[in-house]
Amino acid sequence: MQTTMHKENRAAHRLKMLRRAFPHLVLWVGIAIIVFPIYFIFSASSHTSAEILAAPMPLNIGPHLIENYRQALFEGTKNMGTPVLTMMKNSLIMALGISVGKIVVSLLAAFAIVFFKFPLRNFCFWSIFITLMLPVEVRIMPTYKVISDLGMLNTYAGLILPMIVSATAVFLFRQFFMSIPREIAEASQIDGATPMEFFREILVPMTRTPVAAMFVIQFIYGWNQYLWPLLITTKPEFYTLLIGINRMMSGADVQIEWQIAMATTLLAMLPPVLVVLVMQKQFIAGMTETEK
Amino acid sequence: MTKQYEFKAPVLPYLLVLPQMVIVFIFFFWPAAQAIMQSFYLQDPFGGKMIFVGFQNYSKLLADPDYWMSFRVSVMFAVCITAIAMIISLFLAIQANKRIKFASFYKTMLIWPYAVSTLVAGVIWLFMFNPNVGVIAYVLKHTFKVNWQYLLNFDQAFILLTLSASWKQLAYNFVFFLAGLQSVPATLLEAAEIDGAKPVTRFWRITFPLLSPTTFYLLVMNLVYGFFETFPIIHGITQGAPGKSTGILVYKVWRDGVINLDLGSSAAQSVILMIMVILLTIFQFRFIERKVTY
Repeated sequence: MQTTMHKENRAAHRLKMLRRAFPHLVLWVGIAIIVFPIYFIFSASSHTSAEILAAPMPLNIGPHLIENYRQALFEGTKNMGTPVLTMMKNSLIMALGISVGKIVVSLLAAFAIVFFKFPLRNFCFWSIFITLMLPVEVRIMPTYKVISDLGMLNTYAGLILPMIVSATAVFLFRQFFMSIPREIAEASQIDGATPMEFFREILVPMTRTPVAAMFVIQFIYGWNQYLWPLLITTKPEFYTLLIGINRMMSGADVQIEWQIAMATTLLAMLPPVLVVLVMQKQFIAGMTETEK
Repeated sequence: MTKQYEFKAPVLPYLLVLPQMVIVFIFFFWPAAQAIMQSFYLQDPFGGKMIFVGFQNYSKLLADPDYWMSFRVSVMFAVCITAIAMIISLFLAIQANKRIKFASFYKTMLIWPYAVSTLVAGVIWLFMFNPNVGVIAYVLKHTFKVNWQYLLNFDQAFILLTLSASWKQLAYNFVFFLAGLQSVPATLLEAAEIDGAKPVTRFWRITFPLLSPTTFYLLVMNLVYGFFETFPIIHGITQGAPGKSTGILVYKVWRDGVINLDLGSSAAQSVILMIMVILLTIFQFRFIERKVTY
């Protein structure tokens, strides 16, 4: 009698333990799905080309880590020869140009649309609104032609400007501006401030949080652009990191310097990942508020 | 209600919207108009002559079995990615939303991959599954005796592309599902628990219906991602191989325009894609509107 009760107790206890452990188990499996593929490329970036080609490659962290990253950063692969530092500079200019440019242009446009009354306001609003609908991917060829007509192939302006088009930031800022009590604007006028002084001294400081959120999202968006730079950068000194990775990976399997390509891939992930980790709160707020 | 206060200035607002409007017109309306125009012309690739051909570029496309094959594979691809990425991330978000130890650690670990680019996701999976050097390819070949040659086998190529594209999308879905789950009122779930509803019942009867706006939004966004934004994965892993079988529509626009220099056809394909996006957007807006007026 007592033993059966004991047994039942134990079974119940075990069930409870299992139920408690279950979410942890699932989440660890999820993390493993994310992390393992990345571990493989990290491991590859620490071995020699010969070790990787002699499949299966060793799965430990090899002794060539520093040597490979040094080559990647300062020299690049032999068949391409553009060092990661150059490409990282290009990616950074593109990502910052897109994120900062979009924020500045959108703040100004949203300020005009919300705080001013002018005849073409609705027209402006709808012309901006319609850009929400069409991703770059569907209008690449004609946009390419425009850029080439303007002589902007292989320039930073050509990399950046077409990516500033989309209206997401204008909408986020418009939404935010509309929630600001108008008495503040009126009071600033009565105090003798010009509209631009109001914008600079009062409105922009109030908009810090949405600006930070927008920055995270647009920085990642800019950093991860692929199709556009693929089209308009033909000179190695303008390659972004992602284009560089693609160039390193083209050619026969034996000729690819896998260890350098994988080191470059990891380095290409680093900056946007850091931005997300450091600004996680703003990032989540930005995602769930702008995109809905 | 008092009238909203507005600044009065004759020129200033125009100066303020000018940069945005210039960019929108030069890089959006002009190219879009050119695409529409170009789609009615034939142009020889070395500059020069344009011949008006009416709807010929379109009718040729619609009669082309290659185009329909590309269309079919794009739909299959988008649907598979959506299903896989949404189910897995919903499941993970439900677990991470429970009151457990290390919850914020788990969340961070599942959110950061949002920053990984689509191309990098493709390269990572390509490296694991490369028939000559890949670790997983090695296991498939030697342990499971699979003849792993994804560049020669459509099914294998499709599976590899789908897995890598879904992997990339997990974090995005996770962020939204988590936000959606957090907005489900705890009191409702507690009340149901007191009434004796089991966890599964609570999920399907309370959480899932309340989550439906998030789910619908993600459904659209995932389909759009699978359909339009997976170019880097195709370009990085298969380049459309075997043959042209994994060349989704966006990849075909690029190949026909940039590689084959068939500008008329590429423009016509762009226009068709634009129409699809516009329809999808209208569909989404109407659905959301209906939700709001409920």
